[in-house]
Amino acid sequence: MCVVFVLVALGLVVRLFYLQIQNNEHFSTRSLENRIKIEPLVPARGLIFSRNGKLIAGNSTSFSLVAIPEKIDDMKASLDRLGEKLGLDEAQLEQSLISYKGKSFEKHVLKANLTEKEAAIFAANRFQFPGVSVIPNSSRYYPLGEEMAHVLGYVGRIRSEELKDLDEANYRGTRLIGKTGIEGSLEPLLHGTSGYQRVEVNAEGRVIRVVERRASIPGENIQLTIDADLQSEAFKALSGKVGAIVAIDPNNGEILVAMSNPSFDPNLFVNGITQKQYDALIHSKDRGLFNRFLRGQYPPGSIIKPIVALGALEAGIKRHDVNVFCPGFFRLTEDGRPYRCWAKEGHGNVNMTASIVRSCDVYYYSLAKKFGIQGLHDSLTLFGLGEKTGVNLPGEKAGLVPSVDWKREKLGKSWYEGETLISGIGQGFMLATPMQLAYATSILASKGDAKTPHLFRASKHNFLDEINLPQSDSATVVLKNQNNWDLVREAMVQVVHGRSGTARSSKLANGIIFAGKTGTAQVSSVDRELELQPDEIPVHLRDHSLFVGYAPAENPAIAIAVVIENGGSGSRVAAPIAKRVVDKFFAGKSKILTSRNK
Amino acid sequence: MITLLSILNRRVDLPLAGGLAVLCVLGLVVLFSASGESTEVLISQVIRIGIGIFVMLSIAQLPPSALLRIGPILYVSGILLLITVAFWGDGQGARRWIDLGYIRFQPSEILKLAVPIVTAAIVSNRSLPPSARGLLLCVLVIFLPVILIYFQPDLGTAILVALSGLIIIFLGGISWRIIRYSSFLLCCFAPVAWYFIRDYQKQRILTLFAPERDPLGAGYHIIQSKIAIGSGGTYGKGWLNGTQSHLEFLPERATDFIFAVYCEEFGFVGVLVLFMAYALVVIRSIVILYDAQDTFSRLLGGAIIFTFVSYVFVNIGMVVGLLPVVGVPLPLISYGGTSMVTILGSFGILMSIQTHKKFYANV
Repeated sequence: MCVVFVLVALGLVVRLFYLQIQNNEHFSTRSLENRIKIEPLVPARGLIFSRNGKLIAGNSTSFSLVAIPEKIDDMKASLDRLGEKLGLDEAQLEQSLISYKGKSFEKHVLKANLTEKEAAIFAANRFQFPGVSVIPNSSRYYPLGEEMAHVLGYVGRIRSEELKDLDEANYRGTRLIGKTGIEGSLEPLLHGTSGYQRVEVNAEGRVIRVVERRASIPGENIQLTIDADLQSEAFKALSGKVGAIVAIDPNNGEILVAMSNPSFDPNLFVNGITQKQYDALIHSKDRGLFNRFLRGQYPPGSIIKPIVALGALEAGIKRHDVNVFCPGFFRLTEDGRPYRCWAKEGHGNVNMTASIVRSCDVYYYSLAKKFGIQGLHDSLTLFGLGEKTGVNLPGEKAGLVPSVDWKREKLGKSWYEGETLISGIGQGFMLATPMQLAYATSILASKGDAKTPHLFRASKHNFLDEINLPQSDSATVVLKNQNNWDLVREAMVQVVHGRSGTARSSKLANGIIFAGKTGTAQVSSVDRELELQPDEIPVHLRDHSLFVGYAPAENPAIAIAVVIENGGSGSRVAAPIAKRVVDKFFAGKSKILTSRNK
Repeated sequence: MITLLSILNRRVDLPLAGGLAVLCVLGLVVLFSASGESTEVLISQVIRIGIGIFVMLSIAQLPPSALLRIGPILYVSGILLLITVAFWGDGQGARRWIDLGYIRFQPSEILKLAVPIVTAAIVSNRSLPPSARGLLLCVLVIFLPVILIYFQPDLGTAILVALSGLIIIFLGGISWRIIRYSSFLLCCFAPVAWYFIRDYQKQRILTLFAPERDPLGAGYHIIQSKIAIGSGGTYGKGWLNGTQSHLEFLPERATDFIFAVYCEEFGFVGVLVLFMAYALVVIRSIVILYDAQDTFSRLLGGAIIFTFVSYVFVNIGMVVGLLPVVGVPLPLISYGGTSMVTILGSFGILMSIQTHKKFYANV
């Protein structure tokens, strides 16, 4: 080992001898001539527009006052004069310098976001302040703030850990990087390609001339599928509520609305959020940073009934015209515990259509018993439940469609038949995100021919490959009997338009036919066990209010899912919100109105 | 006075301490220049050295047998901390720091000490050369933390921790056949590894062969570093007179590239002085090793010397443009090395080996 040490050490000495003694002249000359500096040219970040051409993420230039401590002879005097000239608080300037306990040869920000006036005054008096300069920073801003926060995400300062995974040459000089949302997932597209310039500098490091320049290539401007006006309407409709809305064009998978409320102001993150602001966001009761449409997992409740019914029709488990008698409860065995229907007094005789229209639970208990958990599982999985939709946003949750295998694997327990029953009404272990519910609804709306939901609509050069847009032409769900689609659709139309439909008070304006399904998902069992009145239950234990729907029923242009946490009844809370957004959607599109004549 | 020194020498190995002191002082001198004559930087470095010396002296007081006991505790707590770090927060980016308010430290630093201690304990506890089972156990002990560190992700530290353990197996005596086979496998694996390493790592390797292909990045570092070193000549430009560093052409001049500043200001003669200081430390350590009485001490000491020397070689090799740019600081000289404490601590182990040997001999 010692021999190796000596040999390597000798090698290094030889190398140093070669550099320092043999080539000393060459390098000395280069050192004297070394007045050429290389500066990165940062590309402008791509702009983001909504589908109707509204700017939703833009760039702004701000100016910062920076100082290089080692180039300032008398810091105190310099700061004094700065404070005086620019009308800045000198103590604060000093503080900002102290807080950067860094290296004295680096630029330290004395004040970010100078006003135009401050920058102008400084420019006029620049000669008085050696070592101090004003530098432009490109910054990001989000004109719609909270409305787009969960879709766009935000950019923030690059952390040193993040730099390790980036192409260093391309990110030299870049200050901001997409952290979440579209800003995060389309970062490679939005960032652009860095350029550089070789500049000649004098002994103080000031640029004298540009020797060579390779311009940067700006990031792509991109257009999202989001309809800014509709998103805005969704934001208003959710005001004061905790929940999410997703609307998709079932013809092509374009996401028109993706709103999660409460939201947050993404502009706060761009130039560094203060600890206090961040704590406020993190500790707020309803967690504004939490993306409910993508990561919120809720029991879907009765929303799944049309899908379960369709699955049962296809599998031949149940004919649509066979009645089930609903006395208000269902028992697995003669003297077993009763599984209650939401309607205490029962629905009487119910066929498949009525079971959807009136949302009868007992019908689905009996159906689930015949179908079995595997049958339920397979039908629901076909509609994208229990797996990520693949929407181009980071952090999507997959929800959960339970099965016997799942329970054995994850909980180490065997499956009970009672759990099959409550799975039949979308309760128990089952969970779905609003994004999944909207996607499943768009599959229903398009008769199985839905595309993966996506947010990216277009850019100057279409980078479809890079962002993995699914381009499948085949239908997602193929039924043996095409009539089954119509049976289920008819029932969903009756939910809104029928006399006993659960969403009969949420008909659309202008007579557009709305197909829908309400859901009231239990969070806990207190209400049914104790038979409390809705307002006697603590807020966090109240039912989630859900609604899915699509319109116009014959030739759907929009599919929507609404989830309101602890909102109570689906027909009273979620359905009217969906109606409001869908009405707004059609308000400007009188052409595609297709009234039904019946 | 002489008795005082000999008492001190019983507790602390003076030649070794002297060598380390020379290096630290040289480091502070060049750091002052490299940091643009910043007293702040100087003070914070002095504080780090102070903590390092405290750790070193504390370890020096423990007998090696105590290390044998502490090693596994250190190892297990290091692993637990690594796991904690891995699972803390939302998992964005690399996570390798533990924040204790005033002090932030990387659990991987603990393992730089713990892995060689535990490996040496295992190897020395069995007959030499180690049996197949012993080898397997060692490999397990080494690669558990290595894998955790690799996924932080911190390839550089992972490799260093792996080396610090593997060298002990090597020193413990392992048949050439196994070495030949593993080197052969390693060579076969190298092209495959190319596909697994990250883009920025590839860039750095490519840059070594053609510095001009990344004029803004690592290539620029190398070019400027070579100019700094070469223009230093025989006697250097003099302290605080290096133009490359003071006109800011040399990047990372206080940290990874501090050796270039040193070369520019103190010339080839200065380089020889620095090399002699390093040689003093290394030779003294090797002498301690030869005097060591038990296998455990010898293996552990060997690993410590090997790791230290590799750091020096890798850093200087990088700065003179012979190795790719990897983030390895120059031991005891570079600013902000979180490794300052670890390195001084490991010399504490060598001191403990030396002083306690004497103690046993006297008894």
